Amino acid sequence: MDIIVSDLSKSFGANCVLDRFNAIFPEHGMTCIMGPSGCGKTTLINILMGLISPDSGTVFGVPRLKSAVFQEDRLCEGFNAVSNVQFVCDKMVNRSRNILHLENIGLKDSLNQPVRELSGGMKRRVAIVRAIIPQSDILFLDEPFKALDDETKKVTMDYVKDNTKGRTVIMVTHDINEAKAMGGQLLTMSGKNNNDN
Amino acid sequence: MISTMLDKRRVEKAASIVFALIVWQMFATLLDKSLLLVTPIAVVQRLISLSHQADFLSTIAFSFVRIVFGYLLALAAGSVLAVIAGRFYLAEIMFLPFITAIKSVPVASFIILCLIWLSSQGLSVFISFLIVLPIVYTNMLQGIKSTDTKLLEMAELFRVGWFKKMKYIYLPELKPYLISACSVSIGLSWKAGIAAEVIGIPDGSIGEKLYEAKVYLSSGDLFAWTAVIIVVSIAFEKLFLYLLKWVFLRLERS
Repeated sequence: MDIIVSDLSKSFGANCVLDRFNAIFPEHGMTCIMGPSGCGKTTLINILMGLISPDSGTVFGVPRLKSAVFQEDRLCEGFNAVSNVQFVCDKMVNRSRNILHLENIGLKDSLNQPVRELSGGMKRRVAIVRAIIPQSDILFLDEPFKALDDETKKVTMDYVKDNTKGRTVIMVTHDINEAKAMGGQLLTMSGKNNNDN
Repeated sequence: MISTMLDKRRVEKAASIVFALIVWQMFATLLDKSLLLVTPIAVVQRLISLSHQADFLSTIAFSFVRIVFGYLLALAAGSVLAVIAGRFYLAEIMFLPFITAIKSVPVASFIILCLIWLSSQGLSVFISFLIVLPIVYTNMLQGIKSTDTKLLEMAELFRVGWFKKMKYIYLPELKPYLISACSVSIGLSWKAGIAAEVIGIPDGSIGEKLYEAKVYLSSGDLFAWTAVIIVVSIAFEKLFLYLLKWVFLRLERS
C-alpha cells in the first residue's frame, strides 16, 4: 500500500514549515526527498515516523514496523556496535549475522569498542546497520551518508542498496548525486508551499 | 603517565594524613590532659587492647549489619519510588511532602519517635533508611528525568521492550546519579545510624560503647571506637562503589 500524505501542515511557533503538503510514497520503492535546509524535510520524515504530530492534514498507509537512521546517530554510547544492533533485534535474530553486516560495512576492527570511542563516520555506519537489519516494513533514512568520506560513502551506499531491495525506503538528502545513485522516486521540497515533484 | 599521577596523589594523601596526626599529637602533648584530648599513639594502644576483647567484632557486626541493611533497603526503596515518580507525575507530586518531611525533620526527632514506635535494636536500621532514602530518591529521579528523550524515541520506533530499554538506556544514564547518591549517602548513613545508637543505646552496639565512653569520661575509648567507625564506613563505601562500578561495566560489556 502506498503512503499518501494529504494537506499536511506543521508550524513551530510562527515558523510554518509545512503548508498543505501533498505527496505519495510508493510501497516497496525508494523515495529520495531533497531540498534546501529548513524546507521541512526532517519535519516531514518525523511526522511519517510518528515522532511528531501534524497541525492538520492526514498521513495514510504508514506500516507498523518501522526502522530508521535519524539525523543524529542516537546510539547507546557505552555499548559496542554489536550490542547497539542487537538492541533493536528480536532474540531470534542471529548475532553472527549482525556481526557479518557490520564487517561488510568496514567495521571489522571496531566491533568490540564502545561506540563513544568510534569516529563520526563509524557511528553513522553502526546506525545504518541498526536500521537495515530489523525486518521492518518501512525504512526512514535522514541524511544517512553524512560524515562519511567519499570512499566509505560508496561502500555504504552499495550496502544500503543491496539490503533495501524490495523494501519501502524514504531517504532525506541534500546531495543530488546521492539521490541519483540510490535511484527511485525523487521528491523535491522547495519551501513552505512545498509540492511533490 | 596516569599511574605516576595516581602514585603522586596517593603520596600526597598519605603525607596529609601524617601531617594531621603530627598536629594532633602536638596539641595533645601541649594540652597534656588525656581526659580532653588523647594522643594518637594512645588511641592506637587502646584500639589494640579493644580488639583483643571478646565482644569487639560482635559489636562491629551488630552496628554494621543494621546500618548496612537500612542503607540497602533505602537504596532499593528510593530507586523504586523514583522510577514510579519518573513514570507518573502524580506520584511525584504525592511523594513530595513525604520526601520533604524526611529531609527537613531533624534526625533526633525521628530517633525519639522511633524509640516510641520500635525497639532500640532496630533503631539504626530505620534511621539509616530515613537518611539515605531522600538522597537516593532525589538523585535517581533527576537521572530518570535527564534520560535522553531522543534515545527513548528511537527505542519506541524500533519497538524495543522495557527490559532492553532499562539495560541500554536508563541504567547507563542513571549510573552517575546512582554512584553520586551512594557515595554521598554511605557516610551519612553511618553518622546517623551511630547517632541513633548513642541515643537509643541498643545492647552490643558501637553506639552503646560510645555512650559508655561518655559516662566513664574515657576519651581513649571514644577516639578508638570513632576510628573503628571511620575505617569500617570507608571500607564499606570503597567496596560497595567498586562493586557497583563493576556491575555497570559488566552490563556494558554483556
